[in-house]
Amino acid sequence: MQDSKQIVFTARGLTKTYYMGEVEIPALRGVDLEVHQSEFIVLLGPSGSGKSTLLNILGGLDTPTAGEAWWRDHNLATANEKELTRYRREHVGFVFQFYNLISSLTVRENVALVTDISDNPLKPEEALQLVGLEHRLDHFPSQLSGGEQQRVAIARAIAKRPDVLLCDEPTGALDYQTGKVVLEVIAKINQELGTTAIIITHNASIAGMADRVLRLANGRIVAIEENPHKLSPSELAW
Amino acid sequence: MKALDRKLLRDLGNIKGQAFTIALVVAAGIGAFIGQISTYDSLSWSRQSYYDTAKFAHVFADLKRAPKSVEQQIIELSGVAEVETTVSYDVTLDIPEVAEPVIGRMIGLADSGQPRLNRLFLRQGRLIEPGRGNEVLVSEAFAKARKLKPGDQLAAILNGKREQLHIVGVVLSPEYILATRGGVLPDDRGFGVFWMDRDRLAGAFNMEGAFNHVALRLAPDTQERAVIDELDNLLAPYGALGAHGREDQLSNKILSQEINQQKTMSTVFPTIFLAVAAFLLNVVLSRQVATQRGEIAALKALGYTNTAIGGHYLKLVLLIVLLGIIMGYLLGAFLGYKMTSLYTTFFHFPTLIFRVQPWIPLTAAFISLIAALGGALNTLRGIMQLAPAEAMRPPSPTKYRRMLLERLGMEKLLSPQARMIIRSLERRPFRTLLTSFAIACSVAIIVSGTFWKDAIDFLITVQFTSAERGDAQIVFTDPVSSRARYEIAHLPGVLLTESARAAPVRLRAGHLSYLTAISGLPENAELRRLLDANQRPIVLPPDGLLLTDRLADKLKLKPGDPLQLEVLDGNRIKRDVIVAGVVNDMFGLSAYMDIHALNRLLGEGESISSVAIAVEPSRINDFNMQIKAMPKVATVTYKATALQTFQETSARNILVFTTIVTAFAAAITIGVVYNSVSISLAERAWELASLRVLGFTRHEVSALLLGELAIELLLAIPFGLWLGYLLSLLIVTLTHTETFYIPVIIEPGTYAYAALTTLAAGIVSALIVRHRIDRLDLVGVLKTRE
Repeated sequence: MQDSKQIVFTARGLTKTYYMGEVEIPALRGVDLEVHQSEFIVLLGPSGSGKSTLLNILGGLDTPTAGEAWWRDHNLATANEKELTRYRREHVGFVFQFYNLISSLTVRENVALVTDISDNPLKPEEALQLVGLEHRLDHFPSQLSGGEQQRVAIARAIAKRPDVLLCDEPTGALDYQTGKVVLEVIAKINQELGTTAIIITHNASIAGMADRVLRLANGRIVAIEENPHKLSPSELAW
Repeated sequence: MKALDRKLLRDLGNIKGQAFTIALVVAAGIGAFIGQISTYDSLSWSRQSYYDTAKFAHVFADLKRAPKSVEQQIIELSGVAEVETTVSYDVTLDIPEVAEPVIGRMIGLADSGQPRLNRLFLRQGRLIEPGRGNEVLVSEAFAKARKLKPGDQLAAILNGKREQLHIVGVVLSPEYILATRGGVLPDDRGFGVFWMDRDRLAGAFNMEGAFNHVALRLAPDTQERAVIDELDNLLAPYGALGAHGREDQLSNKILSQEINQQKTMSTVFPTIFLAVAAFLLNVVLSRQVATQRGEIAALKALGYTNTAIGGHYLKLVLLIVLLGIIMGYLLGAFLGYKMTSLYTTFFHFPTLIFRVQPWIPLTAAFISLIAALGGALNTLRGIMQLAPAEAMRPPSPTKYRRMLLERLGMEKLLSPQARMIIRSLERRPFRTLLTSFAIACSVAIIVSGTFWKDAIDFLITVQFTSAERGDAQIVFTDPVSSRARYEIAHLPGVLLTESARAAPVRLRAGHLSYLTAISGLPENAELRRLLDANQRPIVLPPDGLLLTDRLADKLKLKPGDPLQLEVLDGNRIKRDVIVAGVVNDMFGLSAYMDIHALNRLLGEGESISSVAIAVEPSRINDFNMQIKAMPKVATVTYKATALQTFQETSARNILVFTTIVTAFAAAITIGVVYNSVSISLAERAWELASLRVLGFTRHEVSALLLGELAIELLLAIPFGLWLGYLLSLLIVTLTHTETFYIPVIIEPGTYAYAALTTLAAGIVSALIVRHRIDRLDLVGVLKTRE
C-alpha cells in the first residue's frame, strides 16, 4: 500500500541530556529514525537506554536538547508548550505503564475526559466496546483489575481517533494472560483503524507482533529489525 | 456535565472535612466582617435617622441665667435655623427604697409638652399635661436601672425644697442616649434625666422668664464654629460656660466612640481570619496537587491545556470559598442583627434598625476571593510548571537529608519515632512554621478578645480603689466657703473629709481651645489621689497647671509653655498661666492645680466646690437622711453605685464579645489543625500503613502524626500569647479614645484561657483524625501505591 509507506515521524540527530544538579545524564545521543503510517513499532532495550525519552519526545511530552523531531510537518523540537499541547490533543493517544486513570472518575468518565476536548471522537461507549469493557462503564478504577484498567487507558487513548498510539510498557504491570489481552487490543486498533503504534517494552517476545523492532542501548539505536512474519498476540509466548 | 467537572465534585467529596473546615474559617472572617460592618452601618444609620426625626440640635450651651428676650437675639444670629431654650438643673433625688441620694437632671418642658428640638420619644405612659406641676417624664435608661414606671412617685430636692413628683411617662431623648454628667461611661443608676413643667421648675429656682440651657439647629451649610463663637459672645454676660457642637455633646461623644470602636473591630479580626483562610487554601491545594501529580501530568498528556487544568483547581478553591461566603453571610447577618439589638437596648434607640447593605457582603466576598486566589496562586504556578513527562515516571521517594537534628548529634538520644517526627517537621520547615503561626493567630485573637475584662478590672481597681479612696463625693450648688467641709465632717458616720475646688474653664493655646474643668486638689490628698498611668501619685506643683497628656497633645502644649485660661463661672476672669507639667493619667482631658494656687488665681479666697468623704458603713443611712436635707448640696455621688453600673454594663458587653471571639478563634484552630493533620495523614498513609504491617500499634502510629501536631501546638501557644499582647496593643491604639486610656493589662488567667481553649480545639480536631488513623485500610493503602 502506497499510503502505508508515507513517513509520519522523522528524527535526525535527536539528543537529550538531563541535568541532575551538576551531573549530566545523556538520555539520547543522536537518534535517527523514520516511522511510517500505520506501522507497528516496538522499542526494546534495557532501563536507561533512552526508550522512554524517545517516546516522550515523539509524543510531545518533552523536547530534545539537540536534533530534529518532526511529526509530518509539525516541528516537535522547536514547538512551544502551547503547540505541543495542541499536537497531543489532536494527534496522539498515550497509554502509560501505570494506566494513570483519574481515580475519582468512572470508566466512562475517564474516556469522556478525552472526548470532551476532541473534535471528532468516538463515543466513550464505542471506544470501551473496542477494548471489550462495554459492561463496566460505571465502575471506578479501584474496582477494576490491572488489565481492565489498562484497557480503559487504551480506550481513553483511542477515543479521539489519534493518528499515533504511544504506549510505555503497557503490559509492564500486568500478568501474562492480561498482558496478552491488552496487546490484542493494541494490535486490533493498529490494524482496524490504521493507527500508527509505538510500544516500549522490556519483553522481547512482544517484538514478534511488530512490523519493525528498534533496539536501543545507551541512548542510541543499535539495531533495526524488519519483521516480515508478524505474529498475532495470541501466538506470542513469554 | 464535563468529565473534568465530575472529577472536581468527587475530589471535593473526598476532602469534604477539610473543605468544610476551611469554609468555616472563611465564614468566620466574612461573618465577622459582615456582622461588625453592618452593625456599624446600622448603628450609624439608626443614630442619623433618630437624630433627624427627633430634631437633635447642632449646638448647645449652658449658662447661669439669661432673660428669655435673649432667645430672639439668638434666632437672629446668622446660620441659626431653630432655637430651644429651657431651664435645667441637677438635683438630688429621693427614691423610695433607694437609700442613697441619686442625681436627677430636671429639664423644663414648655406647656406644649414636646420640645421643638431634641424631641422626646414616648416609650410608656403619656406626656405631662399643662398645669400639672408635679408630673414628670423619666428617661428610659434610668427607669430601667431603678425599676421605675408610670404611676411611681419620687421626691426631688429643688433648690433646697423637697418636692413630690409623679412619673407619668417613660421617654427617650436624643440628647441623653447615653446619659452621664461628665464621666466616660453612662451612669444609669446614679444619674437620671427628668422632664417637668418648665414654669414649675423655673419657679423653684427663681428662673421665671429666664433660661440656662439653649440648643439650636443650624441652617444647611452653616459654619458651626462661627455660630459657636457668636453665641459665646452673645451669652458671655449671662454666665455661659462655652457653647459646643455635637462633637463635644457628652452623649453623642460616647456614642460616637462606641460606634467607631465597632468599625475598628470590623477591620482587625476579619483580616486575620481571611489571611489564615488563604494560608489553609494554599496548604490544602498544594497537597491536593501533590497527590494528584500523576493525574495532572496525565491530563496534560491527554492534551488538556494549563489553563484548563489550572481552572479546574481554581474552581475547587472557588467552591470552597463560595461555601464559606454563604455560611459567612448567614453568620454575619445573624451576628450583626444580634449585636445591633444589643446595642439598641444599650443605647436606647427608639427603634431597632438593622440592614446589611449589599456592598458589605460583596466587599467581603471580593476580599475573601482575593485572599483565596492569593493562597492558591503558588500552587497554580506549580501546576503550570509540572512537566507532562512526569506521568511516565514512577514517583520518587521523598527526599530526606541530614538536618539540624543530626548536625547537633542529637539523633541518638531520640527514639526512631521521635526522629521521624522531627525529620518530618524539619523537612517542611516553612509549612511547620506557617501552621504554628496560624494556630498562634487564633491564640492571639482569643487573648485580644478577652483581655478587655482584665483592662477594665484594672481601671476599676485604679479608679475606685487607688485613686478614689473615699465613699462618696458631695457637690455644692455653688462654690462655698471652705468651712463647709467642717459641717460635713460633723455629719453622722463621716470619718474623713477632703475638699476640692473645680472651676469650668476654656483653655486657649494659640488658635486651639478646649472646654474643661480645672480640679484644685489639696496637697497630699488621701481620698482623691491623682495617679499617673503607672499608678504613681502625681505631685501637684505649688503653682502652675498640670495637664493630662491627651489634653496637652490636643492643645499642642509642653511643660513651660504659656496658655490662656478663661474661667467660665464667678468673675469670668482671664489669666495667663504656665504649663507646669504633663501627666499621663487614665481618664479624661483634665487640668489640675493645687487648691490654694487655684483659689489665688480665681481671687476668691478659700472656696470649695465639693467634698470627698469616707463614711462608716453602718451609719450610712443616718448620713443619707441628713445630707438629703442639707441646702447648698447639689448632688451626692456614691462610689459603690457608679461601680455597680460600670460593672453591669461592661461585664455583659464583654461577655458577649469574648464568647464570639473565642468561638471564631476556635474555628481557626480547628480549621488549621484538622487540615494539617489530614494532609499529613494523606501524604503519609502509605508509610504509616507500612509501619502497621511491620507491627507498630495504632497508638504508636497515631503518635507519629499527633506528635507533629503536638510540637506545632507547643511552638504556637507561647508565640500566640506574645502575639496576643501585640494585637491587644494594636487594637487599643486603633480604638484609642480621647477620653480615656485602656491599659493593655493581661492577667495570667487570660493567657491560660487562650492557651487552653486553643489546646482543646486542637485536641478535638486531632481526635477526629485519630479516628481515621485507626481505620486505616492497610491492604487498600498499600495497594494504591504506584
